[in-house]
Amino acid sequence: MKRTLTCIGCPMGCQVTVDYEGETINSVVGNTCPRGDIYARKEVTHPTRIVTTTVRVHGGVIPQVSVKTASDIPKEKMFAVVQDLRCVDVNAPVAMGDVVLENAAGTGVSVIATKNVPKK
Amino acid sequence: MEHYNIVIIGGGPAGLAAAAAAKKAGEDSILILERDQELGGILNQCIHNGFGLHTFKEELTGPEYAGRFITEVKDLGIEYRLNTMVLSISSDRIVTAMNRTDGMFQVKAQAVILAMGCRERPRGALNIPGYRPAGIYTAGTAQRLVNIEGFMPGKEVVILGSGDIGLIMARRMTLEGAKVKVVAELMPYSGGLKRNIVQCLDDFGIPLKLSHTVVDIEGKERVTGVTIAAVDAQNRPIPGTEEHYSCDTLLLSVGLIPENELSLSAGVALSPRHKGPVVNESLETNVPGIFACGNVLHVHDLVDYVSEEATNAGRNAAAFVRRDGKDDAALPAVEIVPGDGIGYTVPETVRPKIMNDLFTVRFRVRGVYRDHFISVYFDGERVQHRKKQIVAPGEMEQVILQKKDLAAHKDLKKITICLEEA
Repeated sequence: MKRTLTCIGCPMGCQVTVDYEGETINSVVGNTCPRGDIYARKEVTHPTRIVTTTVRVHGGVIPQVSVKTASDIPKEKMFAVVQDLRCVDVNAPVAMGDVVLENAAGTGVSVIATKNVPKK
Repeated sequence: MEHYNIVIIGGGPAGLAAAAAAKKAGEDSILILERDQELGGILNQCIHNGFGLHTFKEELTGPEYAGRFITEVKDLGIEYRLNTMVLSISSDRIVTAMNRTDGMFQVKAQAVILAMGCRERPRGALNIPGYRPAGIYTAGTAQRLVNIEGFMPGKEVVILGSGDIGLIMARRMTLEGAKVKVVAELMPYSGGLKRNIVQCLDDFGIPLKLSHTVVDIEGKERVTGVTIAAVDAQNRPIPGTEEHYSCDTLLLSVGLIPENELSLSAGVALSPRHKGPVVNESLETNVPGIFACGNVLHVHDLVDYVSEEATNAGRNAAAFVRRDGKDDAALPAVEIVPGDGIGYTVPETVRPKIMNDLFTVRFRVRGVYRDHFISVYFDGERVQHRKKQIVAPGEMEQVILQKKDLAAHKDLKKITICLEEA
């Protein structure tokens, strides 16, 4: 069967058409870079997303630090990761790249800070 | 009075890239004035990923993208003042500003780069009937509350307008436990990027109702519900199509407007089309030595293009200082005109003598067009004809002109960019 997707790998948003049966991909057309091909194959078989949210910071110049999953996680785990992070808080200073949670929601993926938050 | 060769108004993505470029072009006397308590501008609250693939060949979040430029500006030793509000700019480039440390102060600049960004169109600009209850926010205000301050503005949400910030907030509030019931868009197409519709609405089963608008807001103290109706081709609500949604929050994502009060104080002429300064190929306004870049010039879809544009503005401002402000306004200029289907172009003029070998004109189209050609005319002659499967107002387009082509075309007066049917 054929499915046309909007690639989310980059801001271009290519329209990529995948011809596939179950887990078997017959063809991928419409992408302008290899990321589109990788995304389309994944999206019809094992869709993933990067999750971004915030966690509380104690003693920082701002009350929260922005975080992201260090790599993409299964799409259906998005809510579980955010839920896991609800009970996480960190102490200032926080540096970009600091791990705030390991193995979020059992995905094996760490959640890292995306911003520096200096001490107040 | 203090003196700096270049004063940059705003420390967001445009101001940071302009500063770094000016410094790398050999300019040492640079000052950035930023009203917030940190550099980075609006990127600080754009915690989602998807920034920087063009610039850094990797996908960053807003704070990470800003972080790269902040680090560069600091490493280059460029001066900046935070918590500093610029009050006015004069046409002879005296910048009046204030903060808690210096009080009110003035800086004389040889060149000024306008990089103030844009602001959101508020409810007052929309003529929606109803009371003025709590619970109505612009999407960007909600974004700041959720991502920086750590407050949820509401639990049951309706969003009017499908601009990117509204779409991003639909996902953000859903992930934080709110129920986003519907996104209503007045136009028959979305104003946001395709990928945001996929990632922020489709992923969560949030309906997008095109050609719909809010016709009533209920609630006196707090929003208790809104009524949405379909609109006809003239954007008039169609009686009988009303649907009621109970909600405690209405988010508005109905457009961004370049923030040009300071530009006006300096006598900078604004374009009625893109609401930012009218500029030439050097991104210089009608006031010599005042340059503009980023969302204060025209609202961009991608920050990568802001950085690119601001880099040019920074280099050009440094060049202006280097030639001691000697004005080249007398050079012949070719007009760039938006033709059929094109909303605006930036810049509006180009001086072939001093343009770069390759030169980018950015523009937005007026509607959604499938299988059309983007054409460029030098006076009456078509010189570019490029097919596009789809163009939409939400995504900025560009054409690249070559200096040698302009030089080869004798007595060129006007460059027209237009859409043509296949």
